[in-house]
Amino acid sequence: MAELKTPLLDQLTTGPWPSFVADMKRLVDRKPTVADVLAQLELSYEEKKGHWKHGGIVGVMGYGGGVIGRYSDMPEKFPNVAEFHTMRINQPSGWFYTTKALRDLMKIWDKYGSGLTNMHGSTGDIILLGTVTDNLQPAFDEFSDLGWDLGGSGSDLRTPSCCVGPARCECACIDTLDLCYDLTQEFQDELHRPMWPYKFKIKISGCANDCVASIARADFAIIGTWRDDLKIDQEAVREYVNSGFDIQGVVIDKCPTKCLTWTGSELVLDGSNCVRCMHCINKMPKALRPGDDKGATILVGGKATILQSAFLGWVIVPFMKLEKPYDELKDLLRNIWEWWDEHGKVRERIGELIYRKGMRVFLKDLGMDPLPQMVFRPRANPYFFWWPEEVNQG
Amino acid sequence: MARTDIGPPHYEQFLPPVIKENYGKWKYHEILKPGVLKHVGETGEIYSVRVGSARLLTIDRIEEYCQLADKYCDGYLRFTSRNNVEFLVSDPAKVEPLLAELKEKGFPVGGTGNALNNIIHTQGWVHCHSAATDASGIVKAVMDELYEYFVDMKLPAKLKISLACCLNMCGAVHCSDIAILGIHRTPPKIQHEWVAKQCEIPTVVASCPTGAIRPNPKEKSVVVNEEKCMYCGNCYTMCPAMPIADPDNDGVAILVGGKVSNARTVPMFSRLAIPYLPNNPPRWPEVTQAIRKLVEVWVQNARPGERYGEWIERIGWEAFFKIADLPFTDKHIDDFIFSVPTFRTSAQFKF
Ligand code: HEM
Ligand code: HEM
Ligand code: SF4
Ligand code: SF4
Ligand code: SF4
Ligand code: SF4
Repeated sequence: MAELKTPLLDQLTTGPWPSFVADMKRLVDRKPTVADVLAQLELSYEEKKGHWKHGGIVGVMGYGGGVIGRYSDMPEKFPNVAEFHTMRINQPSGWFYTTKALRDLMKIWDKYGSGLTNMHGSTGDIILLGTVTDNLQPAFDEFSDLGWDLGGSGSDLRTPSCCVGPARCECACIDTLDLCYDLTQEFQDELHRPMWPYKFKIKISGCANDCVASIARADFAIIGTWRDDLKIDQEAVREYVNSGFDIQGVVIDKCPTKCLTWTGSELVLDGSNCVRCMHCINKMPKALRPGDDKGATILVGGKATILQSAFLGWVIVPFMKLEKPYDELKDLLRNIWEWWDEHGKVRERIGELIYRKGMRVFLKDLGMDPLPQMVFRPRANPYFFWWPEEVNQG
Repeated sequence: MARTDIGPPHYEQFLPPVIKENYGKWKYHEILKPGVLKHVGETGEIYSVRVGSARLLTIDRIEEYCQLADKYCDGYLRFTSRNNVEFLVSDPAKVEPLLAELKEKGFPVGGTGNALNNIIHTQGWVHCHSAATDASGIVKAVMDELYEYFVDMKLPAKLKISLACCLNMCGAVHCSDIAILGIHRTPPKIQHEWVAKQCEIPTVVASCPTGAIRPNPKEKSVVVNEEKCMYCGNCYTMCPAMPIADPDNDGVAILVGGKVSNARTVPMFSRLAIPYLPNNPPRWPEVTQAIRKLVEVWVQNARPGERYGEWIERIGWEAFFKIADLPFTDKHIDDFIFSVPTFRTSAQFKF
C-alpha cells in the first residue's frame, strides 16, 4: 500500500484538545480500513465534500434495524472502505461500564471491525463505525454471547436513554436507570423490528435540568418532578449566607415565579407558586432538595427541525407516579403507538401527526382529559369545533 | 444461533460499590475544582473526574481509558451525555495522582459548572453521506480555540455548543447556546443517465419532504423544482445519482441562544445569528473566529448566571445584533411554517 499522506488532517494533531486524527493514526499499521478512512477524509478536506453513499439493506438475522449501510463512493481508490457499515449497540443505562466489559466489547470490534467507535452516538447507543457486510453476523453473534444487543434504526424505537439519575445525582426524582432498562427490555420487538411510520425516541431525565435534553430530542420525554413543596434545610441555608453567598442576587431574584423570600434568617417558600424549575436547588445543593411526592411529567412530540419545524415536547401528563412495573406508563406508550400507527403517514413523527390532527383529537382518542398545564395560554381565536354529542342535534 | 432481543446488560453490574450503596441516597455535591465533582451520599462519597474526549474514539484510546480506570477507579468509569469520560474514584487519595497522570497525558479535565462543556456532534465527512461539512474536524478546531473555557469556570453560566453536519440535525442541535449547522445551499445535481440505471423513480419522488421531485419519463429520470428544494439531501440518500454536495456553496450556519434545561427560564430554541460561513478545512478559521467573538460578547455583557439566550432575551435581539456586530439580513426573518409569532407586533423595541 502507498504511504499514507494526510497533510491537511495532520494540522488537526496540534492544539490542546484531544485529536481524533492522532488517535486514528495509531491504528493505521494494523488496520487498512483506518488508513483508507483517513485517506478518504483527507480527500474530503481537499475537495470540501463527503465521499460516502447510503445504500442497500444490510443487517443481521432476525433484526430489521441496528445496522446502517455505508459505502465509499470511490471504492476503487479506497477499497478497504468500499463497505463501511455502522453497528449500533444498546448502551447500559447511565453509560456506566467496568473496564472488563469495555475491553470485551472492544476485542470483538477489533476482530471484526475498524476499531473506530463513538462513545456514544446521539441516540445514546454505542456506535461501532465501519465493518463489512460479511462480518456483521459473526460480530453480532459474539456480542450476543457476551450479553450485548443491537440498537434501533429505521422506523422503529431507538434505545431509550437516561441521565445518571439516582446513581450519582441528588436531584433525581425518579429511578431513571431502572426505568430506562425496564422500557428497553419491555419493548425489544419495537426496538428491533421497524413497523411504524417513522422513528420514536424515549429519553428520561431525573429532574427539570434535563441533562439528556429529552424535551428537545425525544418524541416521548420523561422528566422527573414533585408535587409537594421542595425541602429546605434552614441551617444549611444560613451556612451558605454566612459564607458570603449572595442569596438575594443568585437565588431569590432569579426564581422565575418570585416565590422565595429571604428574611435575613429564614428562606421562606410560597410552595403553591413554585414551578419546580430546579434553579434554587442547583445553586444551593446542600440546603435544598426536591419534595417527597415524586413522579414525572410526560411530554410528547419533541424533534429536530426536519420537516414541520422543530418542536419541543408538549406536556400531556403533568404528573405520573413512576413505580415498578410502570404499567400506566407502558399502557400510555402502547396507546400512543397504536394511534400513530393508525393515523400516521410515512415519515411522520408523532409530534407532526398530533399537530396535523389537532391536540383535541389526540386527547380524545387516547381518553385523556384536557388540562391547563398542557398550554402556556388558551387559544385567542373562535374557530373551535364541537363534538356531535356536545351540541343539541335538534 | 445467537440469542436475540436480550437488550443491554443490566447497569447494576457496572456500578462502583459506593454508588450501589448510595443509589438514590445522595445528599449533595460540590465542584472541588474544574472537572472534579464530589458527591456525598448517606454512607460514602464518590469523586468524578470529567475528562474531555473526542467522540470519535479508537479501541486504543478506550484501552488507555481502561488502564486509567483500573489504576485509579477499581475498574469503573462512565461516559456522559456530552461524550466526556468520567473516572469514578472511590478512594480520595487517588484523585490527585489521577489528575497528575491525566495532565501528563494531555487529557483535558473540566466541563463542570460555569464552563464550556464538550461539543456534541454528528458524523460529518468521517461517516455520513449527506454531510455539508465535517464534524470531528470543526469540533477539534473550536475546542482548541475555546479550550480555556473548558478547563476553567469563568463563564457567566454554562455554555453548550453543538454541531450537526446537515439540516437533518441528527444531534438535534436546535436548543444549544451556540449551534454549528452544516448547510447545503444548492439543489441536487441530477445525473440523468445514472438515475435511469441506479434508482427507483417512485422511491426517489416519495423521498422528497417538500414534494419538489417529479418523474421525467422522457429521460427515465426525475426533475427537481428548485424553488421548492430545501437542500435536505433525502433524495441523495435514496439515489446516489442525485449528489447534493457542492464544495463551492456548502458551509456552516451559526445559531445562538437555545437551552434545554428548565432552570429559571423555559427551554428555548437556538436562533439564526450567522447564515453562512465557508467550509475551510482543516481548521475552519472563519467559524472558530466567529464563535470566539460570539462567546466574548456574551462574557463581556451578560450578568452573572445568564445563559446565552437569557442574556439576549433580556437585552433584545436588535441589541444583540448591534453588540455582536453582525449584519441582519433577509435570512434572519423566518419564512418557514411557524414564522408569524416571531414577527414584532409591538411598537416597543430598541434602536
Ligand atoms: C444540581 C445541579 C446539576 C447536576 C448535579 C447536573 C449533573 C449533570 C450530569 C451528571 C450530566 C451528565 C449527565 C449524563 O451524562 O447522564 C449533566 C449534563 C447536562 N446538564 Fe446538568 N447538572 C446540573 C445542573 C444543570 C443545569 C442547571 C443545567 C442547565 C442550565 C444542566 C444542563 C445539562 C445539560 C444540557 C447536560 C448535557 C445534556 C446533553 O447531552 O445535551 N444541568 N449534568
Ligand atoms: C430524513 C432525514 C434524515 C436522514 C436521511 C438521516 C440519516 C441518518 C444517517 C444516515 C445516520 C447515520 C450516520 C452515520 O452513522 O453515518 C443518522 C444518524 C442519526 N440520526 Fe438521522 N437522519 C435524518 C433525520 C434525523 C432526525 C430528524 C433526527 C433527530 C431528530 C435524527 C437523529 C439521528 C441520530 C440521533 C443519529 C445518530 C447520530 C450520531 O451518532 O451522531 N436523524 N441519520
Ligand atoms: S437531569 Fe436532573 S437528575 Fe438527571 S443528572 Fe441532571 S440534574 Fe441530575
Ligand atoms: S424550584 Fe424554581 S420556581 Fe421553585 S422555588 Fe426554586 S427557583 Fe423558584
Ligand atoms: S446531521 Fe446529516 S450529515 Fe450529519 S450525521 Fe445526520 S444525516 Fe448525516
Ligand atoms: S434535497 Fe431534499 S428538498 Fe431538495 S429535492 Fe432532494 S429531497 Fe427534495
